Amino acid sequence: MYGWTGKILRVNLTDGTISKEPLPINDAQDFIGARGLGTKIFFDEVDAAVDPLSEENKIIFMTGPLTGTLATSGGRYNVVTKGVLNGTIAASNSGGMFGPELKFAGWDGIIFEGKAPQPVYLWIHNDEVELRPAQELWGKTVFETTDMLKAATDEESKIACIGPAGENLVKFANIMNEYNRAAGRSGVGAVMGSKNLKAVVVRGTKGIKVADPQGFWNAITKARTMLKEHPVTGAGLAAYGTNILVNILNVHGGLPVKNFSEAAIFPHAESISGEHQAEHNLVRNKGCFGCLIGCGRVSNNKGKYKGIGEGPEYEATWAFGADCYVDDFEAISKANFLCNELGQDSISMATTLACAIEMTEKGIIPRSKSPLSWGDADTIIEMVQKTAYREGFGDELAEGSYRLAEKYGHPEYSMSSKKQELPAYDPRGQQGIGLNYATSNRGGCHVRGYMTSPEILGIPVQLDPDATEGKPEMLKIFQDLTALVDSCGLCLFTTFGIGLPEIAEQYRTATGVQITDEDLLKAGERIWNIERLFNLRAGFTKADDTLPERLLKEPMKDGPHKGRVVELDTMLPIYYQIRGWDENGVPTAEKMHDLNLVV
Amino acid sequence: MDKIIVVQPEKCTGCHTCELVCSFTHSDEFNPTRSRISVINFEKIGFAFPVLCQQCGEAACMKVCPVGAISRSAVTGAMEINDGKCLRCQMCTIACPFGATLYDPVANIVAKCDLCQGDPQCVKLCPSGAISYQAASVNSLSKRKAFAARFTDVFEEVR
Repeated sequence: MYGWTGKILRVNLTDGTISKEPLPINDAQDFIGARGLGTKIFFDEVDAAVDPLSEENKIIFMTGPLTGTLATSGGRYNVVTKGVLNGTIAASNSGGMFGPELKFAGWDGIIFEGKAPQPVYLWIHNDEVELRPAQELWGKTVFETTDMLKAATDEESKIACIGPAGENLVKFANIMNEYNRAAGRSGVGAVMGSKNLKAVVVRGTKGIKVADPQGFWNAITKARTMLKEHPVTGAGLAAYGTNILVNILNVHGGLPVKNFSEAAIFPHAESISGEHQAEHNLVRNKGCFGCLIGCGRVSNNKGKYKGIGEGPEYEATWAFGADCYVDDFEAISKANFLCNELGQDSISMATTLACAIEMTEKGIIPRSKSPLSWGDADTIIEMVQKTAYREGFGDELAEGSYRLAEKYGHPEYSMSSKKQELPAYDPRGQQGIGLNYATSNRGGCHVRGYMTSPEILGIPVQLDPDATEGKPEMLKIFQDLTALVDSCGLCLFTTFGIGLPEIAEQYRTATGVQITDEDLLKAGERIWNIERLFNLRAGFTKADDTLPERLLKEPMKDGPHKGRVVELDTMLPIYYQIRGWDENGVPTAEKMHDLNLVV
Repeated sequence: MDKIIVVQPEKCTGCHTCELVCSFTHSDEFNPTRSRISVINFEKIGFAFPVLCQQCGEAACMKVCPVGAISRSAVTGAMEINDGKCLRCQMCTIACPFGATLYDPVANIVAKCDLCQGDPQCVKLCPSGAISYQAASVNSLSKRKAFAARFTDVFEEVR
């Protein structure tokens, strides 16, 4: 087989059986791989009403047909499960080296089901696969676990594991691989924790073949040249990492401040920017497997928060920075390092803290419970630690902002969509990103339809960020294309510099599947729709396609978008219509037929 | 012919693209374990180092080979292995101080960097310029220049 390896693993944690199965090739062609194929398998096998933390939930690690090849930034895998944070379909995506290594071992993916009676880890060495006891790893941080597992297996092993946060079922616990790369969102780490699955360890020494080597070489060299010559992927992201966005969003008036309660302009943006990081803290740029962008940063704290680590990326920088009103880059960096070590999502962690700080300052959460205040970096860092171990007020923070705010009678202070915290773009300054937040299949998320690209960066065309016209149409294309990119195993960042034709050509020459560009984009649409169907079955309705009241009713206080709210009511019905969904947001029979979705 | 692949580890992002290019170019598949170049990643301190054949002047691989299967290409200067002569005894893999020769069990050959006949493909696709194909002396001179440049500020002060 070409592109795909043609084999998947099924691991029943309850009885310890491991079976080797052929890749369902028809589903692979319809749903590509990674996010799409993982979701299709999950949709078919798991009741949507399942409790995410129960034995009946499954967790699927899946690579794409381009993962581990020379495809443009093809180093990625997805974790698909029913998310703990909000019960939507979760497809959490990570780079690093783990996905490629799984393919080098000869596997496209792994389906975990059941629950192990005792802590275990899975050790995959090419065809040899075994569950091993993990009692002595339980309680260890991500870094300790990774070191211990390398020593116990093979120094070259690639390891995806959970930290204390996942073990303690923190609602936004993540899965970390190669120490610092994260399948970050939706609380996928808590699902592993609930199953007593501490880690997946892989060493692979086999090769991946493509159907048309010369055609593939031509496709990747062309696409790589385009990315190298593009100002975002070839220069901006390489020079300053994702933190290049701090100043850009701040100037745009879209960098949310203090839990989105103030004008989206952070007076101290310069001191937390990518430019600042490059000048004061950068050790080197870091690339995921086969990546030519190299947006990753290794950062060195020199002062009070001394230490080397990876990141912080733009999202964590904003969330611990502007959103919690911290202006000390090294403090932000420290909080982010801790999130990585403990295995929890830095976005949801920091934004839950921002929510808690606002409610504390307003007197809704008593000071006797919460020691937090705006800009108090040391207490914030202390609470990151306490959250992972569910100590004191950390136990309440571990539930995420929505449950926290609801507990104190004010869910409106949770800046989330479908209970997942919103990322670093104030949608009152970008109508399209607002519609994306409201309709994202995993709740608040920027990487399901990155409308910042056309609305701020002017890619592929410049759209007026304040306009609603044209946004539903563009968002649909972005969401479908992103689903395709994720499912191929590529990095979303490549879409700044290449488009559908370049992605399709890499897919065709790698897999040998003859498919038009249009039909491949339709596969992306199919993936989007099956995710939607899962959420509908799980009980989500049109009423959940919404945003916090603040963003719909409280006008932006200042800056270029002063006076704006998100005009969701204008955009949402048009979006449903363009998607071929009825007025309740349910895919019509006609659309299902068109997408060849039989459920 | 005095060009070699010059490594500048401070530029390396640890992405392993060179390994994919090498295995694909020589073996038609993506497989880092069959690559003639390896990036050694020190994850925790943020350091990565591409290791490959240095095309040594006094090459241990050539000296240790019992059948004279390793010789220098007159065209590229690369140390090349003659598969027809090679016994697969792997003495060269023991002798090389860099581990730059490897036995490839799939193809049953002993493999090493052959500079792709003077057009090294890994260099072409390296995204950060951490490996480049140039005369070794050029690299030395540019490093001397960079070092000397540190003194320009001091010079300005005392002038």
